[in-house]
Amino acid sequence: MIPASFEYLAPTSLADALSALAEAGDEGKVLAGGQSLLPVLRMRLNAPEKVIDLGRIEELRGIREDGDHLVIGAMTTHADVAASDLVWEHAAVLADAAAEVADPQIRHRGTIGGALVHADPAGDLGAPVLALDAEFVIAGPGGERTVAAADFFVDLFETAVEDGELLTAIRIPKHTGWGGHYEKFVRVAHQWSIVAVAAAVRVEDGAIAEAKVGLTNMGSTPLRAAAVESALVGRSTGDLGDACSAAADGTNPPSDLNGDAEYRKHLATVLTKRAVLAAAGG
Amino acid sequence: MTRISVTVDGVKYSDDVEPRTLLVHYLRENLGKVGTVIGCDTSNCGACTVHLDGRSVKACNVLAVQADGHEVTTIEGLAEGGQLHPMQQAFHEHHALQCGYCTPGMIMQAIDILKDNASPSEEQIRAGLEGNLCRCTGYHNIVKAVSAAAEAGAGSKAGE
Repeated sequence: MIPASFEYLAPTSLADALSALAEAGDEGKVLAGGQSLLPVLRMRLNAPEKVIDLGRIEELRGIREDGDHLVIGAMTTHADVAASDLVWEHAAVLADAAAEVADPQIRHRGTIGGALVHADPAGDLGAPVLALDAEFVIAGPGGERTVAAADFFVDLFETAVEDGELLTAIRIPKHTGWGGHYEKFVRVAHQWSIVAVAAAVRVEDGAIAEAKVGLTNMGSTPLRAAAVESALVGRSTGDLGDACSAAADGTNPPSDLNGDAEYRKHLATVLTKRAVLAAAGG
Repeated sequence: MTRISVTVDGVKYSDDVEPRTLLVHYLRENLGKVGTVIGCDTSNCGACTVHLDGRSVKACNVLAVQADGHEVTTIEGLAEGGQLHPMQQAFHEHHALQCGYCTPGMIMQAIDILKDNASPSEEQIRAGLEGNLCRCTGYHNIVKAVSAAAEAGAGSKAGE
């Protein structure tokens, strides 16, 4: 299958990309790593007149420290996130999740920014960045703004990034010393998550002092399991008791060929327990 | 049309392509590199795996224009002076194929695995091949071949 014809633009700076985007208007589509977009174009589910490739903008790539934050450029690949010592040290659950995205070939091309703006509810990066209280740096014609993770995911395939805007970086508060684990449940290799759980925990003297839990594919956006987070505080890592039983509270997961909503709710409690235990080093 | 310059298997090519041309179509139809095959056309099967700047990608999921200025290695660029690449040799010796259709992609991905990890465990090999499907289900000998190639030191050659 071959995409419909389009004009290809390959700006080399963020400013040029924003101008190209403004000029293209509704006719433009942004190409990041292309691992979700190219299948869509090949199947002709979308046929933009202009494709604006961000792949030649160096300033959008890379991982660096900025005080008590990690800053990950939007065009950084999943493979680079998963291989980053900085990310493992300060945001382990995100590195663990990046290593679970699709398959190695896709991870070499696919980008963190592209995946987050695509906002597939079964995508693997939303839950960890939500759990870690990340901030999203968005550039537009009027300058730059920062959006909290809690406000970034709007709905199915919809984020706070408006027309004419580009996500440039993800800022993650350092969770140094926290354990992290992403527990993904699939039936076959390199499938989208049926359900997955991102857990980050800080353990003190054998007990959980703080916990953050994000859920993948339990609704139209990534979700936080707030009830579990508070229930985990004070628990011994050797005995979580019923702290994870509320993982699916307030969720509205989809029903499809992989499982109905009730199945997913059950799965969420099981996977949350596994994720928290692994994150706590249990 | 857009002008691109790509180095493929060590040879530099310049061509005018339509922006919508997939890298796999460019390799096969413009350059005649038919060793890289098209399997599923949905970026699931990995049969079209090539190396772009030394890392594995699915050539059906990259536009030729995205490869402009970059370096591509296909299955046809592995052998040197009539000598099979150690990974190709291992696939041959362990009969790591049945119909053979997935083999080019399997070999390219297997070499990529050894770039990160020169002596992977069986589990790591299987995980590293998760983006490559063998419709004959002949995985067992494929894993054995990768393991044997690693033991024979193919990892040191994986850097190319």
